[in-house]
Amino acid sequence: MALGLGCSSRPGTSRANRTGSWRTFRPVFLHDKCTKCGLCVSVCPEGCVVADSEGIPEPDYDYCKGCGLCAEECPAGAIEMQKEEK
Amino acid sequence: MTGEQCSLFESGHRACGGCAAALAARTILDAAGRDTIVVSATGCMEVFSTPYPETAWNVPWIHSLFENNSAVASGISAALKKQGRKEKVIAIGGDGASFDIGMLCLSGAFERGHDFVYICYDNEAYMNTGIQRSGATPYDASTTTSPAGKCSTGNPRPKKDLPAILAAHGAPYVATATVAYLPDLKKKIRKALDTEGPCYVQVHAPCCTGWGFESEKTIAIARLAVETGLFVSYEMENGQVTRVKKVVRKPVEEYLKEQRRFRHLFRPQRNDAEIAKIQAIADRNAEKFAIDIVLKK
Repeated sequence: MALGLGCSSRPGTSRANRTGSWRTFRPVFLHDKCTKCGLCVSVCPEGCVVADSEGIPEPDYDYCKGCGLCAEECPAGAIEMQKEEK
Repeated sequence: MTGEQCSLFESGHRACGGCAAALAARTILDAAGRDTIVVSATGCMEVFSTPYPETAWNVPWIHSLFENNSAVASGISAALKKQGRKEKVIAIGGDGASFDIGMLCLSGAFERGHDFVYICYDNEAYMNTGIQRSGATPYDASTTTSPAGKCSTGNPRPKKDLPAILAAHGAPYVATATVAYLPDLKKKIRKALDTEGPCYVQVHAPCCTGWGFESEKTIAIARLAVETGLFVSYEMENGQVTRVKKVVRKPVEEYLKEQRRFRHLFRPQRNDAEIAKIQAIADRNAEKFAIDIVLKK
């Protein structure tokens, strides 16, 4: 006999929650300084920094919470945190 | 650096900005890959990643209680073995679930020798319920249940040595890692998954909300914990320490002064006696694991 217990949800459905609205500071990626090392992609707790086919990273502002980890860790100083204008 | 995008732990989860546990979760799944079944104990990670009806996990994921995630993982692992399936089983718990509440089931699962990996993301207190001290809270940290004040300098007990306890169960692989060194963390997760039997990885995960520092400092703080010798990143195989991250050690106050939970050691006046005790803990770690790099003059 099948017994239904607990709750289940479809995988990856948290994308419905756009955490970008939490942001106070916005990371701005300065591509001319970028060395394409990929560190910003790996340190983002949201997993929302994505490198394009040429290796140039860009954050997804729909989900970026503006924590500033990428800017702090960027060895080239190629990410600037700017006050969010809404 | 790999540069690939992690898609197994989805964006949109409710972790605080700069959360090390969220960073650990996506790095762990990056290393583990799609053929993984995750069991999460109650805790911050469970709460922020799965507010019903949403979930950030793109792999099969099950929530157990606070105390029994290793028991649930044991059952899954036994069932997979019976069916001849090859999926990997990962149990994830915070330090509260691992060091305190889930200790009994964790010990049982390791003693029975199930093939699974237990990962503890160690943020050194019960962050989800409001920063109460746990068995992993370090000496002198101020939490809501070990508040610093006139009569107290914070948590009076040292951190429990859970890796040593689990190594004493005969675990083939026990490691500590930190979000400060993500490629190393990935390597250790991979190694734990590839080792048969119960393996344990403890991931040091600074909590900006609970420890009191700015969200962009998460990795810098994690790095300082290693550089001061207060957190040692090492691997143990069959009870023997086989690899240790060596450092040119910094004084512990460089780590302490960055965090609100240790603020009482510096204000209203510097408490040299207590800072010396914490330095002694780091010195003991350094001696025990031989982490010091001796620079040639």
